[in-house]
Amino acid sequence: MDGVLKIFKFELHNLSRSKWVILYAVFYFIITYGLFQFESSQSRVVVSLMNTTLLFIPLVSVVFGTMYLYHSREFIELLLSQPIQRTTIFWGLYMGITIPLSLGFVLGVGIPSVAYGMNKLEDVKVLGGLLTMGVFLTSIFVAFAFLLSIRHDDKMKGLGFSILVWFFFGVLYDALILTGSFVFADYPLEKAMLFLNFLNPIDIARTFLLLQLDISALMGYTGAVFSKFFGGWMGMTTALGVLVMWTLVPLLVALRIFRSKDF
Amino acid sequence: MKSVINILLFSCFVLPLHAGEITVHPGDNLAAAITLAHAGDTILIRKGVYSGVGIVINKPLSLVGTGWPIIDGEGKGEIFTVMSDRVSFEGLEIAHAGLSYIKENAAIKVRDVRYCTIRNNRFRDNFFAIYVSNSHHSVIEDNLIFATVKRNTSTSGNGIHVWKSDSIRIVRNDITGHRDGIYFEFVREALISDNRSEDNLRYGLHFMFSDHCRYVRNTFRGNSSGVAVMYSKYVEMTENVFENNWGPASYGIMLKDINDSHIRGNRFANNTIGIFAEGCSRSMIERNDFADNGWALKIMANCDDNKIFKNNFIGNSFDVSTNSTFSYNTFENNYWSNYTGYDLDRDGIGDVPYRPVRLFSWITEHQPASLFLLRSFFVTVLDLAEAMIPVLTPAKLMDARPSMRRIL
Repeated sequence: MDGVLKIFKFELHNLSRSKWVILYAVFYFIITYGLFQFESSQSRVVVSLMNTTLLFIPLVSVVFGTMYLYHSREFIELLLSQPIQRTTIFWGLYMGITIPLSLGFVLGVGIPSVAYGMNKLEDVKVLGGLLTMGVFLTSIFVAFAFLLSIRHDDKMKGLGFSILVWFFFGVLYDALILTGSFVFADYPLEKAMLFLNFLNPIDIARTFLLLQLDISALMGYTGAVFSKFFGGWMGMTTALGVLVMWTLVPLLVALRIFRSKDF
Repeated sequence: MKSVINILLFSCFVLPLHAGEITVHPGDNLAAAITLAHAGDTILIRKGVYSGVGIVINKPLSLVGTGWPIIDGEGKGEIFTVMSDRVSFEGLEIAHAGLSYIKENAAIKVRDVRYCTIRNNRFRDNFFAIYVSNSHHSVIEDNLIFATVKRNTSTSGNGIHVWKSDSIRIVRNDITGHRDGIYFEFVREALISDNRSEDNLRYGLHFMFSDHCRYVRNTFRGNSSGVAVMYSKYVEMTENVFENNWGPASYGIMLKDINDSHIRGNRFANNTIGIFAEGCSRSMIERNDFADNGWALKIMANCDDNKIFKNNFIGNSFDVSTNSTFSYNTFENNYWSNYTGYDLDRDGIGDVPYRPVRLFSWITEHQPASLFLLRSFFVTVLDLAEAMIPVLTPAKLMDARPSMRRIL
């Protein structure tokens, strides 16, 4: 654990020096600040924030994570020559990327939101949901970055796959679902949709946030299945559990490869 | 001349005597006192509990309570049946008119009369509270009507039920927990203003075949199906509030076959559907606020010649949705918070038309299960493409002159 912390500290230092994370936080800060400046209604700000969150966090996490790992290849090799366990190195590296990125997002969005008066209980719930989902998406897509960059030694290949992963979960998956829903239009699809929803972390996050923003629409006949499931204690727990799974599965696979990899 | 003076004197001394006062105390028989009273008398009812089942009032009387006497129907049947003109009720608490599957038992039923007043009373846990049948020029004011007993729509009656009556005034009443808060059928020229109808089991307001009625400054909140307005002409609905009507079949207002009507200055907030319009013609929907609804306005293809002017559409999941590629209604000068156009000449009117029907609302009409893709990036891209070149959504349904600023 001590070793994990040491590597994590070093990473944190290294990342903050690289300025990318700072830039990332500033980017969110400016977006959030700007939205509050120019949008009249708070609900619209949250909607726009949600759109940027769902789109950018996976993209930045997976691409930045992959690039960073390729960049620090030599550093990793140096660490490996030391008497440190590979598992320790792995967790240290992972936390060293995930935590600064998450912090950048949380502070970048959180500070201006609270400053602009999102501090009533109702708002805190929405904001909390948004930030939690942001952190989850960061962890999940950094995990994907680890998996890809450890799996592929070829930089271009790894980067290409990482963009593909983002494109698949961010855009293509919903397109396939929509097409599928028209192909199988004659069948009752609500339950199937609910299940398919869990196969995409971005969709889980979106549905989770929809429940706080578009509750009126979801209370309609068709949304009833969703609001009933996600609104309940069971649904919330399941959603969070599945998100944790989405983080752990690629991460553990990556760890397995990392432990036996011949650098 | 002398006879005229005599008559005047006579009327001065004798008529006031005639309009006597009878005081009823707890333990007295209220029904007997009413039978004994003369036309025009006032019956003062002192604080206490009175049993009251099937009390028929067949002469003009004023029933006035002091200290909120309770007239308890004990769940046995109807409490007051009014069969005379000019009867008034004031300051009474009337409770427990009996549930019946055959008769419409009410706390006060007014039948075939005119000029009755029901003012400042409390109605607690009745089957029907106030039931006006074929009666005209009557006033129902400042009453508190509530039912707290858990019931369903078949074991609960309406708060204020009006059937085949003219010129009724229903003002400042507060109705909760009944089947329909206010129910109208075949009513004409009624004024319903400043009432609050909340948390009723079915509709906050339910009216049919009632032309020339006015609804002003009422609040309808949290009723399980919202408000239903059907088969009526020349209805005016102004400055009402429709809020928190949530559920699979719940509307702010459902308009069915409403013609030549005027819906102005109302607020529709947090409803599953703000206005659901079917078969409506020649009506004006202007200066309303639609905020945070699932669907602000669902307007079916059988609606025509309606004008939707100067409304605010703010933060709704869907602004307008319809079931056809045609539209015979006019949208103009509305403020749409989802509008992304620009205003180069700075006249406060957007330079590009706004098409409020998104492709995605078409998709969810046809494949409801896809609703959960709402706000997906892919769907946003689709919507954008459709907004440029409408193929599946009604090309003519657009606001050619959207307002850039919120309309006050």
